[in-house]
Amino acid sequence: MYNATVARLTYRGLLGRRRAFILFGLPALLLTVSAVVRVLVGADDGTASSVLGGLALATMVPLIGVVAGTGAIGPEIDDGSVVYLLSKPVKRPTIIFTKLIVAIGVTVVFSAVPTLIAGFILNGNSQQIAVAYAAAAAAASVAYSAVFLLLGTVTRHAVVAGLVYALVWESLFGSLVPGARTLSVQQWALALAQRIGADGAISSDVGLPLALVLLAGVTAGATWFAGRKLRSLTLAGEE
Amino acid sequence: MPPETTSAPAQDVIHNIGYRNYSGARLGRSYARRSLFSQSLRGAYGLGRSAKSKVLPMILFGVMCLPAAIMVAVTVATKLNKLPVEYTRYAIIMQVVIGLFLAAQAPQSVSRDLRFRTVPLYFSRPIERVDYVTAKFAAMVSALFLLTATPLLILYVGALLAKLDFADQTKGFAQGLVSVALLSLLFAGIGLVVAALTPRRGFGVAAVIGVLTISYGVVTTIQSIAFQRDSFDAIGWMGLFSPITLIDGVQTAFLSASTAFPEGHGPSTAAGYVYLLVLLALIAGSYGLLMRRYRKVGL
Repeated sequence: MYNATVARLTYRGLLGRRRAFILFGLPALLLTVSAVVRVLVGADDGTASSVLGGLALATMVPLIGVVAGTGAIGPEIDDGSVVYLLSKPVKRPTIIFTKLIVAIGVTVVFSAVPTLIAGFILNGNSQQIAVAYAAAAAAASVAYSAVFLLLGTVTRHAVVAGLVYALVWESLFGSLVPGARTLSVQQWALALAQRIGADGAISSDVGLPLALVLLAGVTAGATWFAGRKLRSLTLAGEE
Repeated sequence: MPPETTSAPAQDVIHNIGYRNYSGARLGRSYARRSLFSQSLRGAYGLGRSAKSKVLPMILFGVMCLPAAIMVAVTVATKLNKLPVEYTRYAIIMQVVIGLFLAAQAPQSVSRDLRFRTVPLYFSRPIERVDYVTAKFAAMVSALFLLTATPLLILYVGALLAKLDFADQTKGFAQGLVSVALLSLLFAGIGLVVAALTPRRGFGVAAVIGVLTISYGVVTTIQSIAFQRDSFDAIGWMGLFSPITLIDGVQTAFLSASTAFPEGHGPSTAAGYVYLLVLLALIAGSYGLLMRRYRKVGL
């Protein structure tokens, strides 16, 4: 199910040359903000929660997920070089699975790990807030990577579609329509954080069992469907 | 020699295969610049491109105008004596839509030229670097201005139809237009600079939206923390660090807008000059960066 060569190519496509800048820039910014806030405000659980929840989990994780998830396959389909990969005797689901693993790895390294460090900088993990948000970021990374990888195989405008989901659906509709929150990766991940964190530190709109089922279901479903999609991929010319 | 050839072939060619020289009018540099401008502007809304690429900009344009139409309908139906939203506030509320439009269309405008190496072809025409940059910049600004000014026009026409005070509404509308013009200049500059860095459209889209939303996220997070700590000066100054709050600050100081900062703690008039300076410096700077970017490109 895992192909080392495909993984190496995907990894180089994601982190090669200047593309890594956006990926390094975001965590660096989060850590800077955390350090500044800690110096100015001091250790405070409410502040830590608002920085980690508002900035790290709501903005940074989806953005990195979009870049890593769609970037794992989108550019290859875009410039047509995916045919050379598909013409090799490697199963299509294997290609998707390998790319998913790489995308998850990159997203976790660039979002969950900085979230953990930022949490420790902000309040030294009091009330388990740092660990809780890091776990939530890791869980969200898995689901985001799978969903955005699927988007990369479905549409040429995968990045825009992914951003519309992350910004318009999760942030805008999520803050206006309560029902939209049930169908948001961010809230499912928050349910996990709620369980890990101390009582009352973090709240989510979704129960933990439902959240875990949805997270696993979406990840597995998106991966399976992306594999199917890649079997019947048609390469369209640039519009 | 075939009989239909009337003139003898020139002595310095071996085979005359009948190529003719172009002897029509040469339309020159300004015509090429105008063409590049109109083609880029139309391209931003998907006109002259495939049906699929019209979908997103047109949807965003519709989403941008719809709330204005609804507000007008509400104003007329319930006989309010003023519009539910100020002209200057509208773009701030709809910033996500503007950001998405910019993120989708700025890379479309410049990244594809880089990726398919058409930039050297442009420069083999009479146009020069400054023409290319000005045309692309002006086209993006015009596209954003169309996107942001149309809903204001809807509001204005609706307000007049609802027989609201003419002088009041005209003043507000004019202030709104100035504000969205500044916003268009700033956003177009930032979007094009970021998009011109990468030939990959996808990365360009993510980078543009990243710059806009992350800076806004950082600024609002710190502002809300500063608000909890009662350090209201910090709220005003933090607005300098993200494009949309910068516009907010400028219009609060000079265009009698009410700010969207926490609890209305906008910048003072003195700070407003700093805001205006930073805004103009950013616009000029992004133009300068674009000129620098295209000094050596393509080959």
